[in-house]
Amino acid sequence: MSRIQTTFAALKQQNKKALIPYITAGDPHPKYTVMLMHTLVENGADIIELGVPFSDPMADGPVIQRASERALAHHVGLRSVLDMVSEFRQKDNLTPVVLMGYANPIEAMGAERFADRAKAAGVDGVLTVDYPPEECGGFVDLLRARDIDPIFLLSPTTVTARIETIIKNASGFVYYVSLKGVTGAQNLDLIEVAERVAAIRTKTDLPVGVGFGVRDAATAKAIAEIADAVVVGSRMVQTVEQSTEENVAANLAKLVAELRYAIDVVN
Amino acid sequence: MQLYDMPDAHGHFGIYGGVFAAETLIEAIEELRLMYEKYRNDPEFLAEFAYDLKHFVGRPSPIYYAKRWSERVGGARIYLKREDLNHTGAHKVNNTVGQALLAKRMGKPRVIAETGAGQHGVATATIAARLGLECVVYMGSEDIKRQAPNVYRMKLLGATVVPVESGSKTLKDALNEAMRDWVTNVADTFYIIGTVAGPHPYPMMVRDFQSVIGIEAKQQMQEMLGRQPDAVVACVGGGSNAMGIFYPYINDENVRLIGVEAAGLGMETGKHAAPLTANSPVGVLHGNRTYLMQDEDGQIVETHSISAGLDYPGVGPEHAWLKDSKRAEYVAVTDDEAMAAFHNLCRTEGIIPALESSHALAYAEKLAATMSPDQVILVNLSGRGDKDINTVAQLSGLTL
Repeated sequence: MSRIQTTFAALKQQNKKALIPYITAGDPHPKYTVMLMHTLVENGADIIELGVPFSDPMADGPVIQRASERALAHHVGLRSVLDMVSEFRQKDNLTPVVLMGYANPIEAMGAERFADRAKAAGVDGVLTVDYPPEECGGFVDLLRARDIDPIFLLSPTTVTARIETIIKNASGFVYYVSLKGVTGAQNLDLIEVAERVAAIRTKTDLPVGVGFGVRDAATAKAIAEIADAVVVGSRMVQTVEQSTEENVAANLAKLVAELRYAIDVVN
Repeated sequence: MQLYDMPDAHGHFGIYGGVFAAETLIEAIEELRLMYEKYRNDPEFLAEFAYDLKHFVGRPSPIYYAKRWSERVGGARIYLKREDLNHTGAHKVNNTVGQALLAKRMGKPRVIAETGAGQHGVATATIAARLGLECVVYMGSEDIKRQAPNVYRMKLLGATVVPVESGSKTLKDALNEAMRDWVTNVADTFYIIGTVAGPHPYPMMVRDFQSVIGIEAKQQMQEMLGRQPDAVVACVGGGSNAMGIFYPYINDENVRLIGVEAAGLGMETGKHAAPLTANSPVGVLHGNRTYLMQDEDGQIVETHSISAGLDYPGVGPEHAWLKDSKRAEYVAVTDDEAMAAFHNLCRTEGIIPALESSHALAYAEKLAATMSPDQVILVNLSGRGDKDINTVAQLSGLTL
């Protein structure tokens, strides 16, 4: 069983939902990333989603774009992100790490080389925003052969027939994007989210995570009532942006702890 | 000989092209693909498109024998396909008319576009005004500075021009921002991409709409000379004017097809916008797989060209395929060479070419000199240079 599967199984036994915070690797500075990952775990993260900076993050709103730019200013790329995961694994061999990013850095490294290196570094899942299943069959096979879970997005506009195609390629969990638009947009319709998640559940037993637009403890709580995992991205990154290098860890710790508490109160 | 039939059903030109888009866009792209499949051979749609090209755009654009310029260069006779004489002053309008007609049929009241030099933005704003569609154009703030007259034109036509401050603040960033808009407003918005890039069906659809250039040229050359040219030369940024004139010639194997990229300050300096000529690595950007200027980490690098319309790190996937299959050749000329050709055409023919098209002209000069007067070169003069006079003046130390 992969670390992601183990994590969801354990949470289910405790009747808890997963909290998946996202940070962009290298933001605000590469020297803090591993420390911040440990901070997230210490304060209640079940899985870490680690953003791989890209020069052209087409699916991201301004908050995560700026995080990418801050990281790129320090030349953080896929190779250094994998090094960060390796370093994180020296102290934490339990918490799953999912890389989220775009196709081109993977293509530049070479898909097979990336899969090997990701495995060696201790990566558990890979979400590639602009690799729809139709274009990445070979890549999915490379990941699966190494017990790395390919994570795919489902959106409010994904039609039923496509949900099936995507789920056939996915493992670990599926990630429902709770609104139309880029990351960090803010018009979440909880009733629609609930309906869509219910529809996804009729197609798969994979855990369903929900993200894009989870901005505070109240929304996180509401999403936790619907989904198996709550993904919080732009709000985390915004906190990094608004912090100083001295208090960034403390501020993230506080935010994650609040989210954890809100999610756990559900049950 | 096997007839050319690219792309395949999924938009692949060999390993290039495809649909590399975020899930949030897939449904909109699929809707567009189905609608375009429905209308691309629909007689009524094609008749309306042809009517607008004739009466609104002013087609067919003439072919002109640049006699004085040819004689001065010495060598082959050079003919110009005068896309600069189209309404709005460039080939871009052929495609925007086609896509806007499609938007209307799909019931989308709002169109968006990205623009580099501003020609595609102007062409989109123009057809949006005519069809009563709301129009938003994304443009890098660097390009807004370089192309002030076009920005004002778009505003006059009722479009909203949104400056893009992210990344290198040029064409690629405008494309990113337009994609973000489309994801957010997908229900009521049609994204009019200006070049033969983007996810399928865009590269094919834009090529199809632009192929009116080559279809006319073949007929006109036959009428004028009773023969086809020895070489067709066109500039390549994303590559829409080149695909438009190349496509109808692909099966005519004795016609050389030559795409001219921007070598900027020189290929050896790295400050260029010529991924094909440089043999850049293959990667994925803006929805398709193609040759891409990038660093070791796969980050897209900043490009350089004097012409905003060629300042793009990728290239349409069909050009990537034509390069690999050796059906087309790709070369690059520098800013300085393009400028020289710009002035030559102004002085010898009374035509002010766009800086983009001046790259094709510069290569035609080099090529013609190696050929004989019984040989013929056809250059796609893709746009007029009125928009560039500030840039040119600045290079000459003048302020207008």
